[in-house]
Amino acid sequence: MLKVSIYRYNPETDKAPYMQDYEFDTQGKDLMVLDVLEALKAQDSSLSFRRSCREGVCGSDGMNISGRNGLACTTPLSEAAPKGKLVLRPLPGLPVIRDLVVDMEQFYEQYKKIEPYLQNDTPAPAIERLQSPEDREKLDGLYECILCACCSTACPSFWWNPDKFIGPAGLLQAYRFLADSRDTATEERLSNLDDPFSVFRCHGIQNCVNVCPKGLNPTRAIGHIRNMLLTRAV
Amino acid sequence: MVTTVTSFGRSGTFDWLYQRITAVILAAYTLFIVGYIFLTDDFGYQSWSALFQNFWVRVFSLVALLSMVAHAWIGLWSVVTDYLTNRMMGPKATVFRVLAQMVLGAVAVIYTVWGIQILWGV
Repeated sequence: MLKVSIYRYNPETDKAPYMQDYEFDTQGKDLMVLDVLEALKAQDSSLSFRRSCREGVCGSDGMNISGRNGLACTTPLSEAAPKGKLVLRPLPGLPVIRDLVVDMEQFYEQYKKIEPYLQNDTPAPAIERLQSPEDREKLDGLYECILCACCSTACPSFWWNPDKFIGPAGLLQAYRFLADSRDTATEERLSNLDDPFSVFRCHGIQNCVNVCPKGLNPTRAIGHIRNMLLTRAV
Repeated sequence: MVTTVTSFGRSGTFDWLYQRITAVILAAYTLFIVGYIFLTDDFGYQSWSALFQNFWVRVFSLVALLSMVAHAWIGLWSVVTDYLTNRMMGPKATVFRVLAQMVLGAVAVIYTVWGIQILWGV
């Protein structure tokens, strides 16, 4: 029997959050954490969590799984509960709306700040803006981000200053557009990041790299942004 | 961009750069002093005093002192703006943060003046 402990909080009825224990028979299968949640929800319909694609593409079911942020749909029990105990909490640092559902507003606000769209002030070509295979390769490891917020909510700098520090997810995307050969707003983008908080609250502890379910490396991208800022400044 | 902040340098980039440069200076100074202590045969008051009679040793010491002040200010400014914030402590945090920064500033000035007095007073 798998022991499951889940963070429960309904602001309409509960004074404070609490951990609720469940037992679940996996029938010896190495299920994904999301499978367990779905089964428990069938028993207890008040249990709330987000999910959509159930295959690690949409980024909806980011949560803290036995102390480590990850996607419930791609985290197997053999990894999350090797000793038969699974502990599920919402992503740390963000306000809890209910149970495992968090308010992502602060996260998206930072994403919005980096203007996550291609900006090009040259006349649009007849068909498309071409890019060499080498230039296209520079976007590998950047564009794959699904904005699940596992990285930013694992980052203490984001916990302390979610209103000022862009956070690893936003900065990975900031570099995705800085590195894009078709984008011409590099100077504006860099001057928007050149304050003591937006980029420089990253102290390189690499929690983001450690938890990213897509295996991306925001710390490296932040290093590239820092080098660009430095090159521009001195 | 976050605009309502005042740190040490003109920007986050310069703060970052000063932090690294001052760290290198402090590391070099530490190696120099520790190396001197261990590599001097007859280490004592006489040799220590003679070392600091040298003008360039005083200059290096002063540069190291100023580096320490800058390094400490940038580092501790980051710490107080992480922990002494409205988000962490409520509205009273601003008072604590201003007080903490004033104390840090005062300590930085006192150490600088005191250090110069010591270096050029011997």
